[in-house]
Amino acid sequence: MATTVIPAQPISRPTNYLTNGFTLKSWLLTTDHKRIAILYLISVTLFFFLGGFFAMLIRLELLTPQGDLMHADSYNKVFTAHGMIMVFFFLIPVVPAILGNFLVPLMIGAKDLAFPRINLLSWYLYIVAGGIMIHVLLNGGVDTGWTLYSPFSTQFSNTNVIEAGIAIFIVGFSSIFTGLNFIVTVHRMRAPGLTWSRLPLFIWAQYATSLIMILGTPVIAITTVMLAVERLFHLGIFDPKLGGDPLLFQHLFWFYSHPAVYIMILPSMGVISELITCFSHKRVFGYKIVALSSIAIAVIGFLVWAHHMFVTGISLYAALIFSFITFFVGVPSAIKVFNWTATLYRGSISFATPMLYAFGFIGLFTIGGLTGLFLASLGVDVHVTDTYFVVSHFHYVMVGGVVMGYLGGMHFWWPKISGRMYPEGWAKLSALFVFVGFNLTFFPQFVLGYVGMPRRYWQYPPEFQVLNVLSTAGASVLAVGYLLPMVYFAWSLRYGPIAGPNPWNAAGLEWKTASPPPTFNFDETPVVTWEAYNYDEIEPKLEDGGIR
Amino acid sequence: MSEHEHVTSRAFSIALGIGLLVLTAITVKAAFINLGAFNPVVALLIATVKATLVVLFFMHVKGASEKLTSVVVISGFFFLAILLSLSLADYLTRSWR
Repeated sequence: MATTVIPAQPISRPTNYLTNGFTLKSWLLTTDHKRIAILYLISVTLFFFLGGFFAMLIRLELLTPQGDLMHADSYNKVFTAHGMIMVFFFLIPVVPAILGNFLVPLMIGAKDLAFPRINLLSWYLYIVAGGIMIHVLLNGGVDTGWTLYSPFSTQFSNTNVIEAGIAIFIVGFSSIFTGLNFIVTVHRMRAPGLTWSRLPLFIWAQYATSLIMILGTPVIAITTVMLAVERLFHLGIFDPKLGGDPLLFQHLFWFYSHPAVYIMILPSMGVISELITCFSHKRVFGYKIVALSSIAIAVIGFLVWAHHMFVTGISLYAALIFSFITFFVGVPSAIKVFNWTATLYRGSISFATPMLYAFGFIGLFTIGGLTGLFLASLGVDVHVTDTYFVVSHFHYVMVGGVVMGYLGGMHFWWPKISGRMYPEGWAKLSALFVFVGFNLTFFPQFVLGYVGMPRRYWQYPPEFQVLNVLSTAGASVLAVGYLLPMVYFAWSLRYGPIAGPNPWNAAGLEWKTASPPPTFNFDETPVVTWEAYNYDEIEPKLEDGGIR
Repeated sequence: MSEHEHVTSRAFSIALGIGLLVLTAITVKAAFINLGAFNPVVALLIATVKATLVVLFFMHVKGASEKLTSVVVISGFFFLAILLSLSLADYLTRSWR
């Protein structure tokens, strides 16, 4: 039988940033901010699970009072690896480099960031630094703790201190380039009509974060250089025998590393502002004060660093000053929490997964922030310094805050990033696992610290075991909560319902373009004639679309 | 920018670069001369001159018309002042020194 061969017709589909090239080269040499965000998403996620692996080793070791899983030296290396990876390769880049890279141009109506090639360079620097860090881990690791305190790091440690310092130095420049890009982009590339008072609060948060990245990161870079110089050439910088000052390292280190906490939390606060206002379907309460509180946190955050040093021998006068200012930095953070809560009042609230994460953030960050005030009090700080109370406090801020904000943001903007909806039921279950697992992991640590369990020890007295077992059990639940989104996000790429441009009926320019967005974001440059979060002009969406 | 200005600017940059290297050599030389209490003063003075030259010319702050440039420069020095002054709040008031 004769058959007619019909030539295959190319399927015409609109080009978006995901379909604009399928080769490896098209990804590795891309200057599209959205593709670079995806590159960061993949690499930062890998480092998150690597850091998480070390966290699980810590929790397994602490399951029993004896040091029966590893030696003390190995334990030192494990918690150092956990800290360095999570701080420098996950928490600092996670929201700015993934969500910020993806959203900043979209939210301000721009085609890309101001310096697209510098943006790609920042990712390559991240990868180079990450490669060096993995090399360090494979060659025996480093045992100084992520804080690299001298004189241990400069005189006594026999591990790969300088290599780790080089990794931190390089990844710092990745961070500086991202911050530089955001600042210039926000100043120069806003759509017509998008005044500063109409900017989304996520943009304000990214802007404030970028200020800290640019002003603070060079200090940690030069500090690691000084550390290397003293270690290699025995120049007297930190060693008092050579004319140095033993506390200078800590002053310089925390001048960056305390503001770095705000590099981590501020972008997540920006995410939460977007989530609360969208899922309350109401303009955020006190827009200007929430925006300015981000800048206030960025500035005041630079004035509090020595609260990490109250027991090191700094002068009482300095300690009093730093204690006072630390209480002061709580004010803009509290403004945000109160204003988010006030936004809920008489809002049309829906409980989609991103909103669950936002609620989780508010509760956990409040606990983390308030326990920070405990630590700002000189007397209490002396009692709990270097105990699990401190460990729990900063995990409530960094995991309860930053990671909850990041996951909330990922669920909120996943339809924009991928063009597909994730499965809501699984996502809610995952949010529940994360919330319960987190609290089960870290709340017992407040108690452990208060009753005297020091941090960074691989053995402990038997009376601490019950709380440690609870903590390890919680970590297991938390791990499930973190793994689930990996599975259902991947699943949704193929099987998730098509999202449409604005599945949440949200305000904001990013929702006015296609999902996924075209390569240059908008077919025509948008002209903004409305105030931010004009939810009174947008109809709330009901459950028939699967949203509300 | 005209060809002439371009050449002048390049020649100026090279001269400035050489000047910075000379100042570096002076710093090294001065380190071997015992000036007593003036050791750090001289070193910091030379470093300040070098930093000023870099900021003004290599970073194009001189002649910049943008207000944002001024804001960035002032912010940088403001945060440096914070680092120094609050660190000195510790160093100058230690009871155990």
